Amino acid sequence: MKINKKLIINGVIAIAVYAAVMGLVGAGALSRQMMSLITPICVYVMLAVSLSLVVGFLGELSLGHAAFMSIGAYAGGLFLIGTEEVLPTVVSIPLAVILGGACAAVLGVIIGIPVLRLKGDYLAIVTLGFGEIVKSVFNAMTGITGGAKGLSGIPLVTTYRNFTFVFILMLLVIIVVAHMVNSRHGRAVCAVRDNYIAAEAVGIPVSKYKILAFVVAAFLAGMAGVVYAGNLGILKPVNFDYNTSIEILVMVVLGGMGSIRGSIIAAVILTALPEVLRGAADYRMFIYALALIIMMLFNNSAFKKNLIDKKNLRHAEKLQKEA
Amino acid sequence: MKKLSKFVGLTLAMSLAAAPLAACADDNVFLIGGCGPLTGANASYGNSVMNGAQIAIDEINAAGGVQVGDTTYTLDLAFEDDEATEDKAVQAYNTLMDQGIDGFLGAVTSGACIAVVSISQQDGILQITPSGSAEACINGDNAFRICFSDPEQGTAMADYAIDTLGLKKIAVLYNAADEYSTGIQTAFEAEVAAKGGEIVASEAFQTGDVDFSTQLTTIKGTDAEAIYVPAYYQDVTYITKQASEQGIDVQFLGSDGWDGVLKTVTDPATVEGCIFTSPFCAAVDDENVVAFVEAYEAAYGETPDQFAADAYDGVYTFKAAMEQAGSIESADMIAAMTEISVSGLTGDPMTFEESGAAVKDVKFVTVKDGAYAYVE
Repeated sequence: MKINKKLIINGVIAIAVYAAVMGLVGAGALSRQMMSLITPICVYVMLAVSLSLVVGFLGELSLGHAAFMSIGAYAGGLFLIGTEEVLPTVVSIPLAVILGGACAAVLGVIIGIPVLRLKGDYLAIVTLGFGEIVKSVFNAMTGITGGAKGLSGIPLVTTYRNFTFVFILMLLVIIVVAHMVNSRHGRAVCAVRDNYIAAEAVGIPVSKYKILAFVVAAFLAGMAGVVYAGNLGILKPVNFDYNTSIEILVMVVLGGMGSIRGSIIAAVILTALPEVLRGAADYRMFIYALALIIMMLFNNSAFKKNLIDKKNLRHAEKLQKEA
Repeated sequence: MKKLSKFVGLTLAMSLAAAPLAACADDNVFLIGGCGPLTGANASYGNSVMNGAQIAIDEINAAGGVQVGDTTYTLDLAFEDDEATEDKAVQAYNTLMDQGIDGFLGAVTSGACIAVVSISQQDGILQITPSGSAEACINGDNAFRICFSDPEQGTAMADYAIDTLGLKKIAVLYNAADEYSTGIQTAFEAEVAAKGGEIVASEAFQTGDVDFSTQLTTIKGTDAEAIYVPAYYQDVTYITKQASEQGIDVQFLGSDGWDGVLKTVTDPATVEGCIFTSPFCAAVDDENVVAFVEAYEAAYGETPDQFAADAYDGVYTFKAAMEQAGSIESADMIAAMTEISVSGLTGDPMTFEESGAAVKDVKFVTVKDGAYAYVE
């Protein structure tokens, strides 16, 4: 009964957000700037939620998330270009998304098997290096990816005009991660995070679960990459460097490690904030940086802790009364 | 329910914050929108374009505006930051469309420009990019460009090196991670081969490299008569210095990214006699150029580069298109683009092809006695 209630609330929120966006777009109430933000927000929500699986739940620091995104983006982008005149978009978009996710997942396995023996800082450095290698490979494959010039001419199939599809995909990503975390596998993943040795001692195949979380995150990031590609029409290797990986990581950290809802909110705010601040002109980047610091301070403040404590207390009181 | 209302509140607050951005356009103002990197690693390009365009707009407005039919229009500029990235450029462009721009001057960098063109084409707005040099930057019917494309520049230098300088064996040193550098390098090598010359070495480096000794040693081991370096002046500074340390004494050839190299070299002798293609050189003694440089220095306290000059010409191109079309409707102005001739800083005269490319003479600049000069 408890789970159902939560599910219903989340479902209502999802439908309300969808209806609100569709309504606003349909009524022409949104400016073009806001409309062009819709897909990027969805993309970054997908990226942040998928990375939170690795960083928040598995507890491993990965700095190569943009690389998985780029693999998906290039694979999906090339597929969309190749099938532009052959397949209707209704067929080609889902196929591109699956293909992009699959390519990223395959690389996730290849990189995951040797790399996930490492922990903490070492893993962070190796994934950072992995990201740079992927970037360099895309730069060097001039015949296929256009090299540094970029891969242009990707049909614009996932702009806000196709919001329904993008939104469903985003929901899918969130649902997959949320359910995985709450499943047997998810608890095993969290156990690995909380106490590696204890998890191993009770017979959890640690390596298997590490790779599982890593590969699922890679798959979802690859899917997000395809949506990114279909929104912009051009891909350049420089845009997938470690700065992008860190940007996604910031969303996860800011949203609170191990909180999917937090990751979503942080992704929405951090993607929209630079655009909303355009009016501030020269002070834009300054305010953005300041906002980051304030949000981080708030996350760690006694004030927030008090709020949460009070909320928990009220909840407990309510439960007591019911009992 | 509480969370829902929080979310709704947040969404509303955001849209409220965005509302004042939508300004309405005045009747007799022709609003030129532009976007380019104002922050980040490429910030100098965007700022140059913004400042250069502003100089032209101030000049035109001071001279009484633009006469289109019976109405006189004054020009105004709205410029947005795109951080030289594609997604930010699209958002910058859409922000400007919200403000009701009549023409689009941008984007400054190639990738951003390609991303914007695919949307501006649907809007049918006249887009003039001052400095987007990749071929795909002018893919739409609505898009034109002031600068040379990368391949045009490489081809022009190859022709000059072989036909005028009589060189046969040329080494190339380029940045493999940079679209500008690889674009020029590919066209240069193809043209040299077509003209019967020989590329004796084609060495690559990466963005941020400071040690070029490996590449230069390889080049030294060949019988190259010249080294072509299509790159930006920061790299060139290191390359020319290390070449002179290695005792390499051959003709250096460069692209327009060389503009500014004299500011950064420790010893001007290392670049003495080099020749590079450049649409604009602030230090050259030319009537129009001197006036522009003076106005720019007075307003912004620094010497304008070619990005500023490209933007200046871009604004005058808008003016010419408005006058020729007798209208400020984009469709009319686009049709008029192939009929106009602009006498600009970067080309005099400068005309436009239907493809969107500018037709103008290539200028070659050399360093003579430690100062820039046009090659006669």
